[in-house]
Amino acid sequence: MGKPVLRMALPLVWLAVVFTCAFGADVLPFASPSDMDFAAAEQGPSAAHPLGADLDGRDLLSRLAHGARISLTVSLIAPLIGLVLGTTLGLLSAYYAGAIRVTILSVLDAMLAFPSLVFALALTVVLGPSVQNVTLALGIMSVPAFARIARANALPLLGREFVLAARTAGASDAYIMFREILPNMAMSLLTYALTMMSVMIVAEGSLSFLGVGVPPPTPSWGSMIAEGRESLERVPHVAMIPAAAMFLTVLSLNLLGDSLRQRKAGKSGGLS
Amino acid sequence: MVHHQASRTTARLSFLGRRAGHLLIVLLLLSVATFLMLELLPGNMVDSLLGENARVQDIALLQQQLGLDKPLHERFIAWLSNALQGDLGRSPLSGEAVTEAIAHRLPVSIQLMLYAQVLGLLIALPLGIWAGYREGSFVDRLVSGSAFGVLAVPHFVLGLLLILVFAIWLRWFPATGYVPFGSDPLGSLRSMTLPALTLALVEAPIYLRLLRSDLAATLREEFITVARAKGLPDWQVLLRHALRPSMFSLITVMGINIGHLIGGAVIIETVFALPGVGRLLVESITRRDYLTLQGVVLFVGAAFVVVNLLVDALYSVLDPRLSTRHG
Repeated sequence: MGKPVLRMALPLVWLAVVFTCAFGADVLPFASPSDMDFAAAEQGPSAAHPLGADLDGRDLLSRLAHGARISLTVSLIAPLIGLVLGTTLGLLSAYYAGAIRVTILSVLDAMLAFPSLVFALALTVVLGPSVQNVTLALGIMSVPAFARIARANALPLLGREFVLAARTAGASDAYIMFREILPNMAMSLLTYALTMMSVMIVAEGSLSFLGVGVPPPTPSWGSMIAEGRESLERVPHVAMIPAAAMFLTVLSLNLLGDSLRQRKAGKSGGLS
Repeated sequence: MVHHQASRTTARLSFLGRRAGHLLIVLLLLSVATFLMLELLPGNMVDSLLGENARVQDIALLQQQLGLDKPLHERFIAWLSNALQGDLGRSPLSGEAVTEAIAHRLPVSIQLMLYAQVLGLLIALPLGIWAGYREGSFVDRLVSGSAFGVLAVPHFVLGLLLILVFAIWLRWFPATGYVPFGSDPLGSLRSMTLPALTLALVEAPIYLRLLRSDLAATLREEFITVARAKGLPDWQVLLRHALRPSMFSLITVMGINIGHLIGGAVIIETVFALPGVGRLLVESITRRDYLTLQGVVLFVGAAFVVVNLLVDALYSVLDPRLSTRHG
């Protein structure tokens, strides 16, 4: 088990730091993320620039904080889109047989037929690059996975007594789906949404790294890493600092998700 | 016995037949989605394909080529029948046929895919076998723990890290660039080692975890106890009896990865400047060469689906119980 306190506490501390920086990016005493201090360009940490400056002399700490906004926005909202749409589709495909089920499952399969990054890339191109559209594209990308989990969780519940009781009592289909079945699988879906957060941070980073995500001048961790790549040989810190921030955030989210799953598995009798 | 064999073959065939029918539906939806992708591009399609400085005759030619005067469904059928004959159009920017561009880039992606799978298995097999064999041991915990850490590193970060260490500091491998396998096999492998290693390091932890837990479960089964009771040494029990039935999850996930990578490792090919299919995809986006983009997306999706079907088929060959269970 390791040290459970550390496994929960350290990730929480790091995430708190990231959240604080992201929310306070304009209030905290950071330099401007776009001002170019050419004297400091490519310099390491100093009093004026605590984490150094990038190739154009822009403050890395400040850009990191503004980039965290993008990462957090995407990682919170994209799974939410997938959660809402995916759960609905999954429930419908579990509840109704026939044409509705076949249609939903075929469409989901067709979406899964694209490697997820390619799907997100193509969707971002169609929608046009902006923070909203990247979030929307990644949210839609995650719909099939959420739908599958919702469907898999709903199927065994459909035959249970409480569903039968509700139906006998004359409850509508919508009531049974969303008031009887949904609450019983909410935990699994929310846990999955938490693990999707870290996937989304990486996915947004990948899109921005490829130059297809959040357009400049808005700093994003992915585009910061892409910029730093050009000068990896001379000044590795320009790419490696945002890379480390992304790594720590993803690792923290994974650790939290893992301990949450373990806790849940323990409660349900450790059947997993 | 003969009858039994025959019915099993029939069951397997009908299982594969249903899968193939499903495959056709998915491929059709896939092509519809890819076709609509160009239609949905913001603004006028010809403008976005040719750019703002297009000449009038180019615009007219492209309009004719795309058949923009015809209704949507007619255009789709024409496009699909061309695509089925291997004609995905000609890029208005480079003048190259899209199919040729893909065929050009494909060997690079396939070489990278194969190399990465070999490296991934070289890492995952010994460690996974050891961790499954000595479940809960120090090695198991170390391997599982570090796998957790590696899983948190995005592909492009890992790639840059490897470039930094092995290309810039140690100078063992080139950072970027590609040497064709035909002209210099060793140099080609050398130029592909870092990208393949990046992919292998990302995939190996997943392979390793799957193999570890499946192997540990297999080792608790009765036929293993029997093999042990016969007095077979541990290594023989592990490699000859336990390994094969423990490889299914690993093969599935490997199949998914192979399906992905045939369509190019988009990120890795960009980081290491490898001229593969994934790079073609990104280039076509940055050049706004949407006709090429459409072709590549269609190819990537179709390759992914077909490889997944092949993995399913391989599955039922490896474990005959599966086809009858499904059938």
